[in-house]
Amino acid sequence: MSAPKIGQPSQPVVLARDLKQVYKISHGFMRSADHLQAVSGVSFTVHPGKTLAVVGESGCGKSTLARMVSLIETPTSGELSLTGIDVVKASPQDRQALRRTVQLVFQNPFGSLNPRKKIGAILESPLEINTDLDEKTRADQARAMLALVGLRPEHYDRYPHMFSGGQRQRIAIARALMLKPALIVADEPVSALDVSIQAQVLNLLADLQQELGLAYLFISHDLGVVRHIAHDVLVMYLGHAVEQGEKKAVFAQPLHPYTQALLASTPGIVGTGASKKRIVLSGELPSPLNPPSGCVFSTRCPHVTAQCTSERPVLRELAGRQVACHLAEQFVLPA
Amino acid sequence: MALLEIENLSVRFPSKTAVMHAVDGVSLSLDSGEVLGIVGESGSGKSVTMMALMGLVSFPGVVTADKLRFDGHDLLRLSGSARNKLIGKDVAMIFQDPTTSLNPCFTVGFQLAESLKLHLGMDGKAARKRSIELLEQVGIPAAESRLSAYPHQMSGGMNQRVMIAMAISCKPKLLIADEPTTALDVTIQAQILDLLRTLQKDLNMALVLITHNMGVVSEMAQRVAVMYAGQIMEERSAHDIFDAPQHPYTEALLAAMPERSDGASRLATIPGMVPGLYDRPTGCLFAPRCLYANSHCRADRPALREWQSGMVRCHYPLAPLLDAAADAGRASLLQGAEQ
Repeated sequence: MSAPKIGQPSQPVVLARDLKQVYKISHGFMRSADHLQAVSGVSFTVHPGKTLAVVGESGCGKSTLARMVSLIETPTSGELSLTGIDVVKASPQDRQALRRTVQLVFQNPFGSLNPRKKIGAILESPLEINTDLDEKTRADQARAMLALVGLRPEHYDRYPHMFSGGQRQRIAIARALMLKPALIVADEPVSALDVSIQAQVLNLLADLQQELGLAYLFISHDLGVVRHIAHDVLVMYLGHAVEQGEKKAVFAQPLHPYTQALLASTPGIVGTGASKKRIVLSGELPSPLNPPSGCVFSTRCPHVTAQCTSERPVLRELAGRQVACHLAEQFVLPA
Repeated sequence: MALLEIENLSVRFPSKTAVMHAVDGVSLSLDSGEVLGIVGESGSGKSVTMMALMGLVSFPGVVTADKLRFDGHDLLRLSGSARNKLIGKDVAMIFQDPTTSLNPCFTVGFQLAESLKLHLGMDGKAARKRSIELLEQVGIPAAESRLSAYPHQMSGGMNQRVMIAMAISCKPKLLIADEPTTALDVTIQAQILDLLRTLQKDLNMALVLITHNMGVVSEMAQRVAVMYAGQIMEERSAHDIFDAPQHPYTEALLAAMPERSDGASRLATIPGMVPGLYDRPTGCLFAPRCLYANSHCRADRPALREWQSGMVRCHYPLAPLLDAAADAGRASLLQGAEQ
C-alpha cells in the first residue's frame, strides 16, 4: 500500500466548516420519518501540537462530531478536511489512507481492549491491517511504543486483565499511536480513572503531544481537566457551538450563559480562592428532535428575553472569542 | 450520644492463600444532622465500610467491630428481621448508577410505594398520595403522571431524583449517598447536590457522602475522612483539610487535581498503586508511595491520633502551610518525585 498523502505540516490537521450531521429517525412503515440534527453547523480548526477541547452535556453532539472527524461517519453537509485533504470528496482509497492519520482513544479502557488478545497483538493489529511490515518489525515497533507510553517490555506478552485502569489507558494510547497519526480523538479519556491516575495519563498525553507534535480533539465534560490540557475550547449545546475560542479567554470570562453555568456547576475547592456565584440550571437538555425555536439554550437560560425565543443567535466575534448569544455584550466586564 | 458510632470496624475477605483487608480498623462517629464526606481512590474501602453498616457484606466477607451502633441499636447483634425494619427506614442509601439500581420491570410509582407500604404500613391510596408529594419534593415536574413511568422512560438525572425520593420516603435519620453524582452531567450534578443539601437541612438528616470527587466533598461536607487501603488516614473539618492537609496522602490527592494545578504544565501524580492482596506493607500502608517516608514509616504502622483539631495516621504529619514559599517548594518536590 502506498504511503498516505499527508498535507503540508503548517496546515491545520482538521479544518471543519459548517459541519452538519442529520439522522433520520424512522417510526416504522407508512409513517413519516423525523430528522434529528445531531450536529448543526459547527466550524473549527485544530493545528498540529494543539488541543481542542469539546465540552458539553451528554446529548449535545460531541461524540457525533468525533465520529465525523474520525471518518466513521460522513457529514450530511459541510466541509471537512484532514491534513489538507477534503474528506467528503476524497476517493474511497484516499479515505482509507486518511484513516491512518486519525486514531481514537475511548473512555473506558476496560471495554476498549480485547480481553482475549495479548498486549503485543493489540498493538500490532493496526500495523497488520494498514502496513506491509514483517512480523519482526511490527514486534519491535510495538515494544518501542510500550516504552514510549511508560510501560515495560515484558508487558508485551500479558493480557489486558493483568493491568490496572491507568495502565490500560496507556495501552489504548499506545495502540492509537502505532500508525503515527497526526490527530488523536480522545473521547473522555480520563473520566473513568481515579484522580491520581488521571493526572498520570494527562501528563503522558501532554508529553506525547510535545514529543510527537500531535493534535488532540479532546472530548470531556470535566472542566477542570479541560482547563488544564486544552489550548482552544468549543462549547456545544444541542448540536450547536454556543461559544468557542482560546481557552484563556473563555475560562477567564465566559460570555455565553451556558458556559457560565457549566463553569459555575463544576464543584470548586475551598481554598483555591475563587469564590463564585453558583448558577444552577433548571431542567434538562431539550430533545434534539424538537429543538426550541430561537436560541437553543432559551428553555434553560436565566437571562432569557423575547428576542431569544424568537430569533436564533449566530456565532459572532466578541472579546477574543466567538459566541452565539444576543446578550453577550452585557457579560463583557469593563477592562 | 452520637447517631452513628463505629469502632474498630474491619471487613475481611479470606481467600485460600491470603486475607484481603478491605476495611481495616475504621472508627467513625456521626451526629444527627451532620454531613460527613468519605474520600479515597477506588479500592480504598469507602463503599465496603458503608455496606458493612447496612449488613450488605455477603459471604465470604467477615465483618468484625468493637462497636457498631446506630441510634441505640447494636447492628452487630441485630436479627435479620429487626435489621430489615431499620434498613430502608431509618438508614437509607443512594447508589452511584440510578439506571441500574432501579428495577426496569416496574413503574417508578410501584417502586416508590413499596417501601411506604412495607415500613409505614400505608394503604395503596395513601402511598400514592405520599409518592406524589415525594416526587414534587425532589423537583420532578408533572409528578402524578410520572408515577406510571418506567425507569427507561426518564433521564439519568430524573432517575437519580427518584432514587433520592425513595431514600427519603421514610424520613431516614441517616442517608448514605455512594457516589450520587458520578454518573451525571455537571449541570445535573449541581442540581442533585443542591437538592441533597436542602433535603438534608429540611429533614435534619445525617448524611454520609462517599465520593472520589474532592470538589463535591468540599462543597457539601462539614467533616471529611480520607481513606486509603481500608484505613482512615486523616479526618478533620472540610475547611481545614483542603486548606492545610496533614497527611501526605491527602496532600498528594489534592495536588493531583487539575483544578489545583494553577497553570503548571505537568500535574503532580502519586507514583505506584494501592496495595493489593499480597503486597500489603508491614509499616505505614502509604509508605511505598509516600514522598516523605523513612525507615521508621516502613517498619512501624502508625496509629490514628489526635493532631491539630483532627485525626491523622502518620508518624510525621505535615505542619500547616504558613507561607507560599514552603508551598511552592513542596509542589516542586512532588513534581520531581514522579520521575
